[in-house]
Amino acid sequence: MAQDVKITKTLDVKGMYCPGPVMETAKAIKQINVGEVLEVLATDPAAKPDIEAWARRTGNQILDIQQQGGVTRILVKRAK
Amino acid sequence: MAGKKLSIIVFSGTVDKLMPVGILASGAAASGYEVNLFFTFWGLNAITKNGMQAQPQIDKNYEQMGPMMMKRMMEMKFPMWHQLVKEAKDVGEVKVYACSTTMEFFGIKKEHLADFVDDVVGVATFLDRAEGGTTLFI
Repeated sequence: MAQDVKITKTLDVKGMYCPGPVMETAKAIKQINVGEVLEVLATDPAAKPDIEAWARRTGNQILDIQQQGGVTRILVKRAK
Repeated sequence: MAGKKLSIIVFSGTVDKLMPVGILASGAAASGYEVNLFFTFWGLNAITKNGMQAQPQIDKNYEQMGPMMMKRMMEMKFPMWHQLVKEAKDVGEVKVYACSTTMEFFGIKKEHLADFVDDVVGVATFLDRAEGGTTLFI
């Protein structure tokens, strides 16, 4: 499913720690339109639970999360 | 999830306590919380223009850890607490309040305060803003 998704923007926050990945995700989601997908690449071990929690709070949708070596790849759809 | 609120009474002026204030405020702002920061006592000193330029102080109990921690923060390019507060204000709904009584204790005037301070208020204003949300004392 994640392979079919069209990615509008990629956010590289590798090397950033909490609250960096969440802050940058919050900023980047505003730069795409509702319905478009943001790809987040992070190395902070807290990125997965944090961006999941952020998405629940802000009403955005996580499409997919994959661990690729030390990098967490998260696809977020802007829902509102 | 509308109407979520995080309010913090920022009492401490040491960097080990101010960092979590910056992290909590920015994380909450990014997640759509309304954030209210009330700087009082030693916390108020930290948001004066002079206080922000001074060498960051660490709690006496942990002072041997201070230089190592500051070095790691520099290596990680981790932002200072006041940069996090400013970022929080850019990304979300964040208000920074200074305690009027503490200003009088320290002889601090409004023009001595950092630019990101929204208003000088008292406890009734803070309690009103904080009502219905989570409040921390740090």
